[in-house]
Amino acid sequence: MSEEKKTTRKQIAAAKTLKKVMADHFYEMDNAVKTGSRKIAWCTSVGPAELLRGMGFLVYYPENHGAMLGATRMSTELIPFTNAIGYSPDICSYLTCDVGSYLQKKTPLTMAYNIESVPRPDVLVFNTNQCRDVQDWFAWYSRELDVPLVGVHTHRDIGDIREYQIKDIASQIEDLVPKLEEVTGEKFDMDRFKEAVGYSRRTSELWRACLEEAAAVPSPWTFFDATIHMAPAVVGRGTKEANDYYELLLPELKQRVKDGTAAVEGEKHRLYWEGMPVWGKLRPLSEQFYSLKACVVASTYCNSWIFDQLDPAEPFESMAVAYTELFIVRDEPYKEQYITDCYNKFKFDGIVFHDAKTCPNNSNNRYGMPERLSEKLGVPVLTINGDLCDLRCYSEEQAKTNIEAFIEQLEEG
Amino acid sequence: MADKIEAVFAGVDVGASRTKVAILDAGKNLIGHAVRKSGTDFTETAEICLASSLEMAGVSKEDIANCISTGYGRKNVPYSHDTKTEIGCHAKGCYHYFPMSMTVIDIGGQDNKVIKLDEHGRRVSFKMNRKCAAGTGAFLEEMAARLDIPLEEMDGLARKSENIVELGSYCTVFSGTEVLEKIRQGKKVPDIMKGLFLSVIKRVLEMDSLTERVVMTGGVVAHNPYLVNMVREITESEVLVPEYPQLTGAVGAALFAMETKG
Repeated sequence: MSEEKKTTRKQIAAAKTLKKVMADHFYEMDNAVKTGSRKIAWCTSVGPAELLRGMGFLVYYPENHGAMLGATRMSTELIPFTNAIGYSPDICSYLTCDVGSYLQKKTPLTMAYNIESVPRPDVLVFNTNQCRDVQDWFAWYSRELDVPLVGVHTHRDIGDIREYQIKDIASQIEDLVPKLEEVTGEKFDMDRFKEAVGYSRRTSELWRACLEEAAAVPSPWTFFDATIHMAPAVVGRGTKEANDYYELLLPELKQRVKDGTAAVEGEKHRLYWEGMPVWGKLRPLSEQFYSLKACVVASTYCNSWIFDQLDPAEPFESMAVAYTELFIVRDEPYKEQYITDCYNKFKFDGIVFHDAKTCPNNSNNRYGMPERLSEKLGVPVLTINGDLCDLRCYSEEQAKTNIEAFIEQLEEG
Repeated sequence: MADKIEAVFAGVDVGASRTKVAILDAGKNLIGHAVRKSGTDFTETAEICLASSLEMAGVSKEDIANCISTGYGRKNVPYSHDTKTEIGCHAKGCYHYFPMSMTVIDIGGQDNKVIKLDEHGRRVSFKMNRKCAAGTGAFLEEMAARLDIPLEEMDGLARKSENIVELGSYCTVFSGTEVLEKIRQGKKVPDIMKGLFLSVIKRVLEMDSLTERVVMTGGVVAHNPYLVNMVREITESEVLVPEYPQLTGAVGAALFAMETKG
C-alpha cells in the first residue's frame, strides 16, 4: 500500500509576511551587535519581555532558537556535545541543543538569514515559570560569556491565586529595573514601559482571536500552522510589529471561516494537542493527521502566549498576574478545568498527549490527567512518546501507528 | 466436477519479528495459516507466507476476495487491498474468538499492547509500550542469548523453577547485568528464567489496569504458555487464549477484509 497522500492544502497568505517579520527580527539584532547601537537581552520564553522592550533592549529568545534547531533537525546531532560536558540527556533538549549549537558554532540562522551566530547578550533574564532548566541554561552562558544573569523565580502548582503571590512576582520584576539600568546606562522610562505592555496586550488579544477562529467547523487552520504563526507572539512581544502581523493574519482566518475553507479537507475529527510540539516532525505529523481527515484544532502550547491580563495602567502588577495565571505553573485541577473549557469552546473529539522525554513541565500525562479527562469529558485520549528536540527519544513508526489506531478508534464511535 | 471454491479472505500481519498470514473462508473458519521470520524483505516474506497459507487452505490467490495487511510492515504488502493497524486487528481477532468485553494483552516481538474492548467489541482505549524493549519478545531473546538457552527451551525451564529469582531492573541492559550477577551467585537457570517471565509480566501489567476478563495473544504467549499460567496466578483473573495466539492479528485483518468486502 502507498504511504499517505501528499497534502494539497491551501496555504495561508500571511506566511510571506511572517517570513519577513522573522527575518527583520534577526537582522535587527545582528546589526545592533555589529554596530553596538542597541543592547541585547536574552529572555526566556515567558520572561519579562515587556520590561526589557520598555527599557530599550532588543530581545532574543534562546527557546525560539531551540525550536529552530529542532525544526531543522540540527538538534539531535548537537545535543550530545552538551551531554559530553556534563548536561544529562534527560534535561531540557532546548538547553542541550542550544548549548551544543554554541559549542559547535552552528546555527540555523546561517542557513535561513546568512547570519553567522546568535546575537551576543548584554544581559540574561529568566523567569523560572517554564522550568528550572531555563535558569541553568542561562547560568551556563553567564559563566561562559561573563554576562550578568538576573531573573524572576515563580510560584508553582498554584490553585487559587493569592495576593502575596502577585505582590511577590511584581516586586521581583520591579527589582530587575536597577540591574537592567546598569546594563543600558539609561534611566528607566515608565511611559515607554507602559507602551510596551500595551503592545503586548494587543498582541495577546489578536493572537487569542486568531486561535479561537479554529472553533469554527471546519477549522480554518491547525495546531501545526499555529506553531509557525505564533513566532511573532513569542519573539515580538511588546512591539508594534507583532501587532501588525496579527492584524494581517486575523482577517485572513476570518475570511477562511466565512468561505468555509477547511485546513483539513473533509474534516471528520477534531483533536486537542496537549504538550510540546515535536519540532523535527511537524510536517510528517501534520500530513498524517491531514490524510486521516483529523484536524488538531487547539493546544495548550499555542494558547500559552495569551497574556490578555496585561494592563498598561498597572504594568508591574498586571505582568505578575499574567505570568502567575499561566497554565504551566498551575495545579492539576486548574489545568483540567482549562482543558475542559477548551473542549467546550473547540468541540474536539479526542486529546493527544505528547509525553516529551526531556520536558516534564509540559508533559501533563504523567500524573493521571489523560485518564481523568477522558472520564470527565467522555472523549478518548492518546499518549505518544517523543521529545521537543531530541529525536533519539521519538519512534516515528510507533507514533504513526498509535495515531492511526486512535483515529480508527474514533471511527468505531 | 469439483465444487466451485467460495471466495476466501486473507489477513497479513507483518510484525517486527514474525510475519503471519491467516486465510478465512466465508464462514469465518481459519482454513490456512503460516508464520515466518519477517527478515529484511517484508514483501518477499509476505508472499512466501501467503503461498503456504493458500496451499494449506487448498485455494489459489485468485480466490482471495479481499486482503488486509497490518503490523509494522503493513505498507509493504503489494497484494493487500487496504491496511489496518495491529491494534485494530488484534482487537477484532480477539472479539471474534471471545465476543465479550475484555482487556487484550498482546506480547509481540518488539512491542506490547493493552487494548480494552466493550461488550460490542469497540475499542475503549489502548496503550502500547514506550520506546523500550522491556517486557517484549526482544527482551526474552536478549536474555536467552545471555543464558545461552535456545528460545524454545525457555518455557520448559521456567516450569521447573522451584524458587523464583526476581529481577529488579526493567532496562534490558541492566537486566542482563543482573542475570550475570545471579549466575555468579550460583542461582539456578530455571529460577532465573521464571524471574525473567515475571519481569515481562510486570512490564505489561504496569501499562494499564485490567478489566475482569483478560485475553492474551502474540508470539511470546504462543511459544511460552507458562506465562499465561503466571498471569492467571498473579492477577487472580480469568485469562483466555485463542487457539493460535500468534495469528490473532492476522485473523483480525482477514475479518476486516471480509467486512469491507461487504
